[in-house]
Amino acid sequence: MSDPLIQMKNIEKHFGSVIALAGVSVDIHAGECHCLLGDNGAGKSTFIKTLSGVHKPTKGEILFEGRDMHFADPRDAIAAGIATVHQHLAMIPLMSVSRNFFMGNEPVRKVGPFSFFDHDLANRVTMTEMEKMGIVLRGPDQAVGTLSGGERQTVAIARAVHFGARVLILDEPTSALGVRQTANVLATIDKVRKQGVAVVFITHNVRHAMAVGDRFTVLNRGRTYGTALRGEITPEELQDMMAGGQELATLEGSLGTTV
Amino acid sequence: MADTPQLVMDERIKQISPMRRALIRPELGGIVGTVAVFVFFGLFAFDSGMFNSQGIMNWSVVSAQFMIIAVGACLLMIAGEFDLSVGSMIGFAGMMIAIFGVTLGWPMWIAILVTFALCVSIGALNGFIVVRTGLPSFIVTLAFLFILRGFTIFLPQTIERKTIIGGIREAAEGDWLANLFGGTIGKGLFTWMGEAGMIATFERGTRAGEPVVDGIPMLIVWALGLVAVGHVLLTRTRFGNWIFAAGGDAEAARNSGVPVNRVKITMFMFTAFCATVFAACQVMEFGSAGADRGLLKEFEAIIAVVIGGALLTGGYGSVIGAALGALIFGVVQQGLFFAGVESSLFRVFLGVILLFAVILNTYIRRIITGER
Repeated sequence: MSDPLIQMKNIEKHFGSVIALAGVSVDIHAGECHCLLGDNGAGKSTFIKTLSGVHKPTKGEILFEGRDMHFADPRDAIAAGIATVHQHLAMIPLMSVSRNFFMGNEPVRKVGPFSFFDHDLANRVTMTEMEKMGIVLRGPDQAVGTLSGGERQTVAIARAVHFGARVLILDEPTSALGVRQTANVLATIDKVRKQGVAVVFITHNVRHAMAVGDRFTVLNRGRTYGTALRGEITPEELQDMMAGGQELATLEGSLGTTV
Repeated sequence: MADTPQLVMDERIKQISPMRRALIRPELGGIVGTVAVFVFFGLFAFDSGMFNSQGIMNWSVVSAQFMIIAVGACLLMIAGEFDLSVGSMIGFAGMMIAIFGVTLGWPMWIAILVTFALCVSIGALNGFIVVRTGLPSFIVTLAFLFILRGFTIFLPQTIERKTIIGGIREAAEGDWLANLFGGTIGKGLFTWMGEAGMIATFERGTRAGEPVVDGIPMLIVWALGLVAVGHVLLTRTRFGNWIFAAGGDAEAARNSGVPVNRVKITMFMFTAFCATVFAACQVMEFGSAGADRGLLKEFEAIIAVVIGGALLTGGYGSVIGAALGALIFGVVQQGLFFAGVESSLFRVFLGVILLFAVILNTYIRRIITGER
């Protein structure tokens, strides 16, 4: 077992009188998909924002390759190779796939004193990267608005990986998707993991987590309940830990099935 | 999970014919409108002198005026913001050139440069307030519409006890920078065309034999230059991609590392720059600055931009389209005069064109974004 790429130890985050994170510890390994499960309000969003440099932890430490890391802002985290793919805020529908793909990282070609957006290069790279992910585009100038939700997530993931992400944080990438689109996104996660990228997959769907996860950490009321490896835990146990057990078990009794 | 990707075309994606693909562009509404307007006036006003050298110069100048402010408004709108203070800025900039250059007697080139610096700074202030407070630019620039217009009336009244300051042409005589706004180019070509009988010449008087139209006004050169620069900036540069991104979804753009605030402030400054170019050309042409100059120009700019296919909510549009929108605007305004139509009907005509162009543009945009 290699050393973890990122270690987060006893992270706490307080907002005024509210304790959003009350001690979260997570290890993230390269080439693995670490699923972070939790119900609404468990602190998932706060945790991601802490990892991606939006929030500074109140207590606790973050080690990146064994060294202490302090991110001043999200750009620091991006520079360090931590990329976040947000559920909705990733793509601009009115812009073409290739313009979206290179947004903020536009390739330029110098002509005398002027530098121009190198559309040929951008289009070529976009087409090959999309092909690798199994998405057939009508052309690189196709607007992102014409893609399905799953395809948009895939474009966003491919973009992050292309620009050198070593840690990819996916914030509920499957929550708004249909069955088939979810399968596509999960397949993408699998491909990215095989390239050696560490994936942090945030979800509240146990089945999606079980499909691709190597490690599972459950967040509940701002705390982690420990991390389980694949094969050590059943979906039912995960579900129970997320919901806090008791109430859901009673509900399942009366409904006669798993929620 | 790890199936090999199937690179077959989705059977539910319809093939799009090359013809349809070539037509689907933001400028289509503007192109159709331009053709329609020229066909219309070609049929109804051909003999009126609209298409001889003076006629062409007449509507070209008016269109070029619209173009100058439309380029700024277009890029700003694509970046997701409005500037309602353009008209007041035109009046203010013209007045400042007059106060600096005539009242204070500064050399004209200094007066012009200081005015540019002042107006672009006000544009930056507009943008700064918008990005800092997060207020709609509609409200912020509406405030500046009144503030700038107020100063434009107050300053000359206090200093000169009148609302029009003249004598600019005399003050600008032989000034190198003033000629960049008020002069004409291509005199030789036009003289030759006059001699060759291709364009009309004066038949009597001291200027007999000289062409009636003796050159291309710098106003038109500025308009075409700004359109070219704006178009290249928007479609061919990294900054252009940021303009689209900032207007398309500011949050997504920020997440991708686009300096959205900087882009927006720069576009407010560019809009102010365009308004000042307009004002400089206007005061050099008229030889005076008036407190009521530029009234309603902000709306005319926005109309030209919208006819040209830009989306009012930002993130989509074309500088070429905006230029065509300005051309339609100018040709219709002057063409109705040539055609002998009651001038009040200009507004009716404009409203109808605006409505049709916007409906067509909405339809095109839906095709592009796959809504239908």
